[in-house]
Parts: sequence; structure tokens; C-alpha cells
Amino acid sequence: MVKVPERATPFFEYAPAPESRSIVDIKASYGLFIDGEFVDGHGKSFKTISPSSEEVLAEVAEADESDVDLAVKAARRAYSRTWGRMPGSERAKYLYRIARIIQERGRELAVLESIDNGKPIKESRDVDVPVVAAHFFYYAGWADKLSYAGLGPDPKALGVAGQVIPWNFPLLMLAWKIAPALAAGNTVVLKPAETTPLTALLFAEICQQADLPPGVVNIVTGAGATGQAIVAHPDVDKVAFTGSTDVGKAIARAVAGTKKKVTLELGGKAANIVFDDAPVDQAVEGIVNGIFFNQGHVCCAGSRLLVQESVADEVLEKLKRRMSTLRVGDPLDKNTDIGAINSAEQLAKIRELSEIGESEGGERWSPPCELPSNGFWFPPTLFTGVTQAHRIAREEIFGPVLSTLTFRTPKEAVEKANNTPYGLSAGVWTDKGSRILWMANQLRAGVVWANTFNKFDPTSPFGGYKESGFGREGGLPGLAAYLEGDR
Amino acid sequence: MTTTSASTSGAGVFDDITASDSSLRRFLHGLPGVDQVGAEARAASLGTRSIKTTAKAFAIDLAIRMVDLTTLEGQDTHGKVRALASKAMHPDPADPTCPMTAAVCVYPDMVATAKQTLGSSGVKVAAVATAFPSGRAALDIKLADTRDAVEAGADEIDMVIDRGAFLSGRYLEVYEEIVAVKEACGDAHLKIIFETGELQTYDNVRRASWLGMLAGGHFIKTSTGKVQPAATPPVTMIMLEAVRDFREQTGQMVGVKPAGGIKTTKDAIKYLVMVNEVAGPDWLDPDWFRFGASTLLNDLLMQRTKMATGRYSGPDYFTLD
Repeated sequence: MVKVPERATPFFEYAPAPESRSIVDIKASYGLFIDGEFVDGHGKSFKTISPSSEEVLAEVAEADESDVDLAVKAARRAYSRTWGRMPGSERAKYLYRIARIIQERGRELAVLESIDNGKPIKESRDVDVPVVAAHFFYYAGWADKLSYAGLGPDPKALGVAGQVIPWNFPLLMLAWKIAPALAAGNTVVLKPAETTPLTALLFAEICQQADLPPGVVNIVTGAGATGQAIVAHPDVDKVAFTGSTDVGKAIARAVAGTKKKVTLELGGKAANIVFDDAPVDQAVEGIVNGIFFNQGHVCCAGSRLLVQESVADEVLEKLKRRMSTLRVGDPLDKNTDIGAINSAEQLAKIRELSEIGESEGGERWSPPCELPSNGFWFPPTLFTGVTQAHRIAREEIFGPVLSTLTFRTPKEAVEKANNTPYGLSAGVWTDKGSRILWMANQLRAGVVWANTFNKFDPTSPFGGYKESGFGREGGLPGLAAYLEGDR
Repeated sequence: MTTTSASTSGAGVFDDITASDSSLRRFLHGLPGVDQVGAEARAASLGTRSIKTTAKAFAIDLAIRMVDLTTLEGQDTHGKVRALASKAMHPDPADPTCPMTAAVCVYPDMVATAKQTLGSSGVKVAAVATAFPSGRAALDIKLADTRDAVEAGADEIDMVIDRGAFLSGRYLEVYEEIVAVKEACGDAHLKIIFETGELQTYDNVRRASWLGMLAGGHFIKTSTGKVQPAATPPVTMIMLEAVRDFREQTGQMVGVKPAGGIKTTKDAIKYLVMVNEVAGPDWLDPDWFRFGASTLLNDLLMQRTKMATGRYSGPDYFTLD
């Protein structure tokens, strides 16, 4: 406590620390994975690019209706001839084997995910891939214990599951869909998002490596039309979708009046609520993790910060300082905190909503940060002075943009948090245990995190209220979503 | 940011807080809590930064300059201290570009010997005082211990707080003792050791940090090295947050010294990343951050040689002090 240094302090500049790409082998083109083989599709093909450089990575087949039909037929055959008849203990062996291969090839999967999706390698390496393996291990354990799932003495698989997943966590969403479906004895036809098909295709190779019987897992790549073909196919018994609320509504309409069961995991506009007695430094970490994790491409992102007025200045000041240390750039650099926005389309949407936020009177702030010239990038952005009437407080931005509102009392916090058409998640930051429990009871959100945010575990169910969808994934409810009980 | 002379205790604006035991308690217990899980997760995530090539070379040299090369053994002799002091001045005799360490840290009776060897090299002499490591002695003995070290030429005094008083909530007693020791230090800089392994909770670490800063410490230091756990990343992070917040409020900077258990270059670099990102780059200087360590130095030297030559040398190529 003597003096503040006058000379220029040395700058601790982190040298580039890129993870090597040499571990992945991206082919020039990919077919569809149907009945245990890679086959050419009947439709056109499309290119998948790296969002951090706009480099074309591969040509991928676009499955048309006839391809989807082949895939569903293969899944049906596998269901009725092999997988559906196999004892659970045998199915478990395959799932354990897949889980172990995922761990063994974890670095390869992580690098490929970061290249195709744009997310930082530290997230694909430390979050996505380990949680993927954990899901397969967890559901492998259920495969021979379905009689003890509380769904009656002998719950039955549904049959063929048609699954459509988004681009924000390509491999993780695949695991959330495939692991419980297979454990319960279903076979699947899965469509990865058109911007991020590569890890799903590598997963197809893993299925081959694990000697999974043909037709149990079918991966059909393509865009919206391919997804529609899966959803509309008459021989699909279950539809599981994760993605936007608009598409979710269309799916709900498409399956209405059919026997198909459906699980929808849709958008969100989660409130992250900070009380004046919160552990401030950890709350700031939780706010950052809540909205800047995965570039904010998270359906349960804490995109609305509700902070108690009495500590708002302090929290925002600390938040800005913390945001200034976020490193935006090359997804494969091990020190990158925020990677690339997944697509030009998504970037345009984030820009548009941010401009609307400004024009509606929100005060916009981003730390100084240099963005690469190629690829799709958006700086971490904070809006203050936002009210419930602003569009950026109501609409899902799905990007690294945080809207800040204040509240005065716990009741007001609850009212504002619930005042949204969504209800996927919420966060509560307070040192007071009783308040956490009270808030959790009041909040209409599927997941309420207390003094943490964006924590995922295969044993914990995940899903939404209202326009955030219905059905649950993860845990026992996630298994039950693929079973017909006779309770 | 203002510049304040070292003699001011606390920041003036805090006079009301330190006026009574109850006001001091109210203040310390009013500090924001620390969530243990969140703090540990954050410290661990900072540990995943990958520091390579030029950044690593920079960090290694900086870490060497931050080492308080320490020997605090009952078996210390004048010869041992002379050897240690020589090493502090020339950590790598084979390479004159290798920087000196910040200081040597010894018991008070060894200060004169260390001072004699170090001369005007610029390496400081730090002495542990106040009945180190337990601090279980009467105040006048602690003060005499301190004066003894200062008179022998110590540039820095590493005192221990009365953990018993702290844990039983007698904060003002701890505060007043620090103020008294600081006065006994005269011009010597004061480092305040909390022995965080005995304070146990992160809330206590934050409170002790503020208590030490209010009392006018130049440095706050984690541990004596005699109690396990000694320095840990989360504890150091809480202290870095405290000095950062203190500067926000007062404009005054306080240094941080983790001590004990930091043995490898990899660990040291993790701490430097933490300094850089939690307190800020202003703290990346031996005036504001130190490592209390003994074996760390040789690992830094081995890594430094490896950076320069591309090869690892055996431990026999580095001096044992």
C-alpha cells in the first residue's frame, strides 16, 4: 500500500496456444448413414463451413423424402428384428462401448466440434464431450433396469424415434436424444443441424466401430425439409426436437392428431436474479457463464440479468471488468473464452436485435476487443437500462448479449422473471437458503439454478414451461419419454 | 488512484469502522460472502489457461523476480543463509541474464548475515517476526521480535496474525496488534500472514484480508508454510479480489503473497494468470506480488534453461542451497 506504479506495467500477453487440427480427418464429402452404412443420398448436397474462417469443410448429402423413408425402414427393421428384442443387458454393453469410444476419441470429437460449430476448444473439451460420454454411461446403466424405473413391471420401447437437433451443442444434443432412446430399446433416425453435421457423422463412425447392429442409429443430414420428412413420416412413433420455438410449434401442428409422442425443447429467455446479499464475485462469474458460455447460443442462457437496485452499480461495474478479460477469437486456441457465431444468419439476427435494443433506448456496452476479419463474430455485449417493454428483454437473441433490468423486492423479481412466454431456466443468487427455496417455488421455469448457472448432469431432468416446450430430457423422466409404461 | 505515503494506516475514510470492535465486526461481516463452490470453480478454470512460448518465458522471468527465497528451519545456520543469499543474487550462475529473486526470507537472528551477503545487490531481506509461526506470545515480545529484525537490517517484516483472536471474533484486538507491529517496523514493509489454513473458510479469508488492509499492511500473505493447507489458488484468488476491491475504494494498492506448497513452474504460472485476470496487470510486479517458496526457484530455473536450450538438464545442473 505504498504507491501506484507510474511506469508502464509489463503486459502478460498470452501467446497463441492452438490445439492441433491434425487429429481430425475431415473427408471431402459425406453420405448419409443408413442401415449401418454410409450411402449416397438421392438429393443434392450442401457445404458445411467453419464459422471462424468461412472455410468450406466438406460437402454433405441432403437427404430427401426417399432417403428419410429408407432410414425409417432401416430403423424399423432393426427395431423389430434385433434391437427391440435384445435383452437390456446386451443393449447396455453397446452403450457402454460407445461411451468408452467417445472418451477415447474425445480430443478428436472436441476439435471437430470446435471447427464445425465455432465454440471454444476449452468448452468442447471440458464440457461438451465429457457430458456426452456421461450421458451414454448414465443411460447404459438404465438399459437392463427398465422394470425398476417406476413405469410398471415391463415398460416397452416406443419403436422408431425421429430426432431433430440444433447446431448449438451438436454432439451433446445428439447424446441427449440417442442415449435414452437406445437404452429404452428404440431405434433412431436423427438429423443434425445443417450448419453442424460433422460430429454426428463421426458419431456414425463410432457406431460402426462399436459394432452397433445396422439400422439402430441412422443419421440423415439436411435442412428443414429433411426434418419435416422425419417428423411427418407415418412410421415414426416418437418425435423429439430441440430448437426454435417457431419450428417447435410447426412440429406440434404436424404431429397433432397422430399417435406420435413428442418431446419439444425450445427457446428461453432466462432470468438470472442477483439479490443484494449474493456472493458478488461468484454471481458475476455466474452471469458471465450464463450468457457468454457457448457465445450465448444456449436455449437456457441467462439472457436477462435481474439485479437488485441496491447492488446494481457494484454488480455492473464488476461485470464490466470481468467482461474485459474475456478472450474472443480462434475457437481452437486453448485460451479462447468466446468463439465464433455459428452462422451468418444467426449473426445477422443478433445484430438486428442489438440495434433494436439501442434504438429502444437500452444503453449498449462492449469491452474493447479486436474481432477477426473472416468468419462470424460478435463481441460480448451488455445492455443496461432495459425494461420489460424492450424487445431485447422479451425475445430470444441466442447470442452473447445480456439485457439488464433491476428490481426492488423479491416479489418484483419473481413477477419480472415469470413475465415471459418462455420458462426454461432461471438462476438465483443469494446467501439466504430460505429465499432460494421460496424463489424456486415461485419461478415458472423447468430448471432453477441456485448460486450457479448452466450446470448439466445426465441425472438431472431438463425441460421447459410454456413456450419453452414440453417433456423432459435427462434423468429418469428423460428415459420415460422413450417408454410406454402400463402403470 | 492517489498516491499515499506508507505511514498512513488504513485509508482515513475507514476511521469510523476501526473505532470499535462492534463497528469493525459489522463492516467485516457486511462484506459480500464467498460461495465456496463458485470460487473454487473459477480458480480451477483460470488454471486451464495455456501459457506457451514467449508468454511462458515472460512468466518464468517474472516469477523468478517475485520469489521470496525462504529458509525457516530450526536447523538454519549462518552458512546456510549465506548460501541462500548468494543464490538469490545469482539464481543461475551459468546465465548472467537470469534475474535476481525479490528477497530472501529468514528468521530475525539471521537477518544480519543475509544483509551482509546481499549488500547493495537489491535483493531484499525479509524476516518473519511476531513469534512466527504460531504467534502465541505477548504483544511486547512480538514487538521486540519485530524491532530486533528491523534493527538488524530487515527490509520487510512478515508478521503472523493472532488467529485465536480472529476466530473468536476479537477483530479489533487483531487490528490493533497489526497497527502496533507496523509502527515497530518503521520504514520496513509489513507483510501480514493470515495462516489461511487455520482460518478455514473463504469468508474468513476475505475478512482477514480487509482487516489487514485497514490496518495498513503493505502485503497480505496466505501462510507460514508450517500449516497445511498453505497457499491454494482459491485462497489467493479471494485475496487478489480483496486488494482489487480495496484499490477501487481507496486508490491504494496492497500486495499479495501466496506462500507454501507452490513448487512447480506450472503452479507459479497459474498464479500469475490469476494475478493478471483477477487483480489486473498492475499487480504483475515484485512490488505487488511475491511467491514465498524455496524449491520453486530450481524448477523455474530448469524450465528457463529448457526454454533457452530446448533441452531439460538434470537437477545436478542447478544449485542446491
